[in-house]
Amino acid sequence: MIINHPLLGPRDSAEFVYLGDASLLNRPDPETASPKDWHDYGYLRDNPAGDLRELWFHEGGDRSMLVVTRNTLTHDITSVALARDVALKLGAAL
Amino acid sequence: MHDLKPITALGGTEPRIDTIGGVSLTEKPGIAFASVTARRGHEDACRAHLADVLEGPAPGPGKCRLHDPEAAFWMGPDQWMAGAPIDSHEDLAAQLKTRMGETASITEQTDAWVCFDLQGDRMEDVVELLCNINIRAMKTGDATRTSIHHLGCFVLRRDPANWVRILGPRASAGSLHHALLTAMKSAL
Amino acid sequence: MTQINRLAGGQIDRHTTLNFTFDGKKYQGHAGDTLASALLANNVRLMGRSFKYHRPRGPLTAGSEEPNALVELRSGARQEPNTRATTAELFDGLQARSQNRFPSLKFDAMAINDRFSNFLTAGFYYKTFMWPAAFWEKIYEPIIRKAAGLGSLSMQEDPDQYDKGFRHCDVLIIGAGPSGLMAALTAARAGKEVILADEDFTFGGRLNSETHAINDNVATDWVASSIAELASLPNVRLMPRTTIIGAFDHGIYGAVERISDHLPIPPADKPRQILWRIYASRAILCAGATERPIAFENNDRPGIMLAGALRTYANRYGTTAAKRVAIFTNNDDGHRTASDLATKGVHIAAVVDTRPDAPSGHNYEVLKGAQIVNTMGRLGLTFAEVLQADGSTRMLECGALGVSGGWNPNVHLTCHQRGRPTWNGDLAAFVPGGTLPPGMTVAGAAMGDFSTHAALTSGTQAAATALGVKAVNVPLAEDAPIRQTPFWYVEGASRAWLDQQNDVTVKDVKLSHQEGFRSVEHLKRYTTLGMATDQGKTSNMGGLAIMAELAGKSIPEVGTTIFRPPYTATAIGVMGGRMRGKDFHPTRLTPSHDWAKERGAVFVEVGNWLRAQWFPIAGETHWRESVDREVTATRASVGVCDCTTLGKIDVQGVDAATFLNKIYCNGFAKLAVGKVRYGLMLREDGIAMDDGTAGRMADDHFIVTTTTANAARVYQHMEFVRQCLMPDADVQVISTTEAWAQYAVAGPNSRKLLQKIVDPEFDITNEGFPFMACGNITVCGGLRARLFRISFSGELAFEIAVPSRYGDALMRRLMSEGEEFDVTPYGTEALGVMRIEKGHAAGNELNGTTTALNLGMGRMVSKVKDSIGSKLSERAGLNEPDALMQVGIKPLDAEQKVTAGGHLMNEDGPVDAAHDQGYVTSAAFSPTMGSMIGLGFLKDGSNRTGEKMRLVSPVTDLTIEVEIVSAHFVDPEGERVRA
Repeated sequence: MIINHPLLGPRDSAEFVYLGDASLLNRPDPETASPKDWHDYGYLRDNPAGDLRELWFHEGGDRSMLVVTRNTLTHDITSVALARDVALKLGAAL
Repeated sequence: MHDLKPITALGGTEPRIDTIGGVSLTEKPGIAFASVTARRGHEDACRAHLADVLEGPAPGPGKCRLHDPEAAFWMGPDQWMAGAPIDSHEDLAAQLKTRMGETASITEQTDAWVCFDLQGDRMEDVVELLCNINIRAMKTGDATRTSIHHLGCFVLRRDPANWVRILGPRASAGSLHHALLTAMKSAL
Repeated sequence: MTQINRLAGGQIDRHTTLNFTFDGKKYQGHAGDTLASALLANNVRLMGRSFKYHRPRGPLTAGSEEPNALVELRSGARQEPNTRATTAELFDGLQARSQNRFPSLKFDAMAINDRFSNFLTAGFYYKTFMWPAAFWEKIYEPIIRKAAGLGSLSMQEDPDQYDKGFRHCDVLIIGAGPSGLMAALTAARAGKEVILADEDFTFGGRLNSETHAINDNVATDWVASSIAELASLPNVRLMPRTTIIGAFDHGIYGAVERISDHLPIPPADKPRQILWRIYASRAILCAGATERPIAFENNDRPGIMLAGALRTYANRYGTTAAKRVAIFTNNDDGHRTASDLATKGVHIAAVVDTRPDAPSGHNYEVLKGAQIVNTMGRLGLTFAEVLQADGSTRMLECGALGVSGGWNPNVHLTCHQRGRPTWNGDLAAFVPGGTLPPGMTVAGAAMGDFSTHAALTSGTQAAATALGVKAVNVPLAEDAPIRQTPFWYVEGASRAWLDQQNDVTVKDVKLSHQEGFRSVEHLKRYTTLGMATDQGKTSNMGGLAIMAELAGKSIPEVGTTIFRPPYTATAIGVMGGRMRGKDFHPTRLTPSHDWAKERGAVFVEVGNWLRAQWFPIAGETHWRESVDREVTATRASVGVCDCTTLGKIDVQGVDAATFLNKIYCNGFAKLAVGKVRYGLMLREDGIAMDDGTAGRMADDHFIVTTTTANAARVYQHMEFVRQCLMPDADVQVISTTEAWAQYAVAGPNSRKLLQKIVDPEFDITNEGFPFMACGNITVCGGLRARLFRISFSGELAFEIAVPSRYGDALMRRLMSEGEEFDVTPYGTEALGVMRIEKGHAAGNELNGTTTALNLGMGRMVSKVKDSIGSKLSERAGLNEPDALMQVGIKPLDAEQKVTAGGHLMNEDGPVDAAHDQGYVTSAAFSPTMGSMIGLGFLKDGSNRTGEKMRLVSPVTDLTIEVEIVSAHFVDPEGERVRA
């Protein structure tokens, strides 16, 4: 597969490490989260036959974490963003 | 002055040179490296310092600034690798830290890498057997990280364009050299 | 007499005679021949035996779709089975052998299978070898393995080398026939980066097989001038002998280039083949078409082949399969073969055309509305029996029979991403349809554009449209109309072969239908139709058509199976490339590797690293002697161990301490500058991930060490936390593992040794540089170094790091300066023994199932701050009162052996999983304790010190009595490390 890196352009997916569902970015707020929130974050993943937001680590490149929206049936990739930018938008706190 | 004798990444006291079919492969031990990463909120200042050192803009994604004595290539967002001759810049990291202060995190990288120059008219034929870079589209001043036989390497296209510099992990210098030499024998 | 079947003309070089052998017999051919064409020229039609029934077979085709003529090439380690004689380029000295026969090709004992064919029909394996289950492994499978299979392996290591490579282009053109050449000219003249690949060794595709004219000249002249133009352009790369084996995601194509297969052995240092990964923005598939046979009784005799193949042998290779040839066709293309052969002086026995309205021939007889109903000839065709339109039969004497059932577009690569071909009723064939791989366009015969004119036109138009460039002028060429009326098999035929390689007959398809295996996917698996090495290129269509007829459905209703990569059989060696043997993965060496080698070190692989395992000295005959000595000497005086391989990550930034607080379960914010702290990293689920130390070099600068094995993973985890969880923090991380050579100097005399090399302005006394201190120093008169006072061995110890290029020199200096202390280099075994003696957890304990609590570090998990894993480590299930706790294990009898992996059982009671109390993770002989000792996890272990237990290992048949002790066998109070 080819991932269109936001900074580097098209790169072979072989350069990346696949880290699974990008819901990893949605770490519960340790101040307020319930045990169920932690359980869901740690263990529950969607497995759609269709678009999935995924986290890819460009280990063989610029070491960016990318949020890649990929269709699990066709491998069509419809959007790629730097995970840091996505996380900043989420307002992830320290 | 200490009296310890350095060895090259390939383990010799002198750099190794191989030539096959008009293409040469030269181990380059004489370069000091330091990574420069902008501190949060100081990105512009860091870039300005770097531009000052390089006498030209800090390179953007996929690019390097070929310049003497200091040069640099882009490694990642707000991150560069600077290089300079070790004879004059053995303490490159310290020099840069002094200059850039709180605007950047500087890490000494001199001995983290083995550096090879691959040069000759059919250099592209060799690179094609090594990594997925589109070497024929790569121009002087382009720099990219790639994987050569499972080793994370940087490839910089220099001037003249029949010349690439390859930085690979120092501990695997022998494996990288073997891979480069094997590809040269195969392609040339 | 040699080459009695040679005809005039062709593209062979008659001035170059090549000698070769087949089954030991000597023959001659010419440059430009394939093995099959040379054998046919020598009147050899019998080239192999079929897979199941061992039927005598000759070539069916003249290309890579060949099911029958599979041979072994070369000898010794280079022996290669299942090579298609129809594509193997002839070279001088080629040795070829037939396969799947015993004792000889002409008399094959296993041909008895043919007599029992009633028992060996579709589903034979499923029906016969069902019962009893115990028979499978010992009886059925060995018998089947012996009987089945085609060629044999040399059982020697492949002496050839293979490369992998990477190429990029604007457009990849697959196939260099008329459409491919036109597409290439169109793209190339527009300045696009073009790769033109063809599996053949000669460009031109089908034009090489025909007598067509292009622009009133022979077509091959046009091919030659087109190739010359393309070769002159810097933006074009021509890749003959290159098969595109797969169309992968997003325009990535796999290509196998055969560099040396046409040579006796590859030139020195050159690969046999290269597996190219081609990145193509666009691809134009110009793969042509494959002729399809008609099934009739005994249609598999040597000499019976596709009509188009006979034409290829005649026009391209200047050879005929026999002096008298008959043709059986349902379309006009069959007549072309008759006409071309007749022109070259071959006697045409007759053209048997199934169509009552078939055209007449000017130089051959046509039997209209007739069919071939049987053939004769045990090892090669002698007669064909024709049922004529009037119901009478007639015997045709012929040594070869060309069969044409029409042509199927080569849609294979369009299916590699699950695209399903669609039925074209006009052509009575499947054509590319549905969803093509992104970026792919199909042109020429592969798209159903069968006439030369149509193929040329569609080639340039496809390229022009795909690339947005101008089409080029189409040269003049024949544009005969295509009439393909389906005719799949002769009524009443049963032993009529569809899939000749897997011996699937019309009868098998009928049986499959009768037994309910009617979907095309079931049909394929039940009969093995299309599952041979040729993927059914010549056979699938016939099987589908018969199934459709039996099911009373149309062919599109029944559908088709699709194709997978690789397009043709591919050597496994080329998939591996150079990554084999010691080059399977890169090797990492520490800077003092050569020094260790000089000392006679025995090395062990740790990930990619080679680490010294121990350093034997004269007189030592067993590794234990070396290891015991290294441990004892270190604990008595001083030892040095290379710990360069530990991961070293530079963490900087205003928020560096906050970041480490998040990464480690214990606190780092309050760590003073110049101090090191042990840190335990958890996964988010509360399980321990890695441990190590972090030294604070400045308020905003830490040096983190990781275990050797987890360095890359910890770095990745840090990048995840930094970019995804703390995106607005000021933290920078970068690996420096290889920048520094690092050595542990351990033992009561370690300080004294270091004082001899550390420059005097640095105070490393216990007061000036206490336990867990760290700092930048210089050594040997000014070399920059880093010193950490940390201990894995439990002794007074330091770790000293210098720039890697000085590691070798530093090690040698430590050895020479340490002579007065009998300094001892020690390897990873002694390191392991000492850490077990000290009770330090390592990879065996951080094994992916253990928590901080299990490791005896439960209280380290800070409650006052959030860290990765802190919340989920609080789960009740991980905090049961009888949770596993790390303990030490000592045998009651010092002679007894403690083994890692053994389980702890109570002193009395049953030994079973239900009564399991825990397990041993690490064990070693401790020279300090004088017995083997172990570390392990025991339920409620921290409250069971002194308890006697049984250590059992049913696997090694071990049961010994042990005592549970503190995990800290040596210096439990930690006095030595603080000395």
